[in-house]
Amino acid sequence: MFVIVVGGGKVGYYLAKELIGAGHEVVLMEKDRARAAQITDEIGSIVVAQDGCEGKYLAEAGANRADIVAAVTGDDEDNLVICQMAKHHFDVPRTIARVNNPKNEHLFKHLGVDEIISPTRMILGSIEQDIPVHELLHLAALGHGELELIEAQLTADSPAVGQVAKDLDLPDGCAIFAVIRSEVAMPIRAETVLMEGDKVIAIGRPECEAALHGQLIGEAEGASPNVEVR
Amino acid sequence: MNVVIVGCGRVGAVLAGAFDDAGHRVTIIDTQTLAFDRLPSTFKGNAIRGNGTDEDVLRRAGTEGADLFLALTEGDNRNVMAAQVALEELGATKVIAKINDPVRARAYADLGMPTLCRTNLIADVVLALFGLPTSGAPGVMAPTGQHPGGEAHHDAPPTGGGHVATTEA
Repeated sequence: MFVIVVGGGKVGYYLAKELIGAGHEVVLMEKDRARAAQITDEIGSIVVAQDGCEGKYLAEAGANRADIVAAVTGDDEDNLVICQMAKHHFDVPRTIARVNNPKNEHLFKHLGVDEIISPTRMILGSIEQDIPVHELLHLAALGHGELELIEAQLTADSPAVGQVAKDLDLPDGCAIFAVIRSEVAMPIRAETVLMEGDKVIAIGRPECEAALHGQLIGEAEGASPNVEVR
Repeated sequence: MNVVIVGCGRVGAVLAGAFDDAGHRVTIIDTQTLAFDRLPSTFKGNAIRGNGTDEDVLRRAGTEGADLFLALTEGDNRNVMAAQVALEELGATKVIAKINDPVRARAYADLGMPTLCRTNLIADVVLALFGLPTSGAPGVMAPTGQHPGGEAHHDAPPTGGGHVATTEA
């Protein structure tokens, strides 16, 4: 297969090397002349020392007959433009983009990039296997610890999603008073409807935590981990 | 109108001031707070420090449902991406991306993105002065195609229309 790799950082360098080792035809595009020269010294003259975002240079690199274009620079905006140019101007059958900001994954897919690799998402996924995210987050202890400020992020599974605040069955000695939605904080009123993704801020006695967890996050499986937190 | 501008360079600052003067609600974004010194002292809009290709930053700036979104940084790709986030993810009504590379500007106009190419604008003024053929691209290249995945968010772009030759000569 003929693969054009754009971006000669660590990812691009090792990717090109592995592909060559596996017997594929590879062109690596790297706009930094010094870096391009260094790679040429190490793995041979497969480097085009030009900006892979420019149609002219993509054409010179052979984008017209490429089977795959892999955009692996460190900048999401460059990777997007490279894949769009490859797709729409050179009819490259398969485009692959590295995405650093996981929030960009949807946009890239929506705009026709065939495959999206997000190292951030992968590492995040790996960490989240160890640390449950559906946890109450302790923000601060108030007084001498008899009250605490807690944040709970509502997921799709949270029983509170879609509920009106006043209908929640909260334990005595505990109140929810603010919600952070799309990074904007607002007070919770009786009629506020809670939504997926909301960060609910609560205040209460430590012993209310289990009940709060049940209402906002859902019942914990097995032993309730929030009890052990204290 | 709600106007969001990414990039507080000379052009961004001038436009922010002008839309603000005309009574519109303006939010301008730049990665450097120092850039906001370019804004006129009378500016009453919002200035937000942040990366204009970051969806969260754009959301905070009120891009959701903005009437006009201008991507005017020095980076063509940053502008392309900011404009596409605004158009496709946040539903801004009118979006214009400054793309100084004429090839990329044409490519994105073909993809349905209204683009503004400084290279063509300046070159055409000079060429017109000396009676040489110009690029023929109007100030804002009209989108000639449908933006991929996009419904018709954009009708006619707010172009000054016509060729630079006729307005400047």
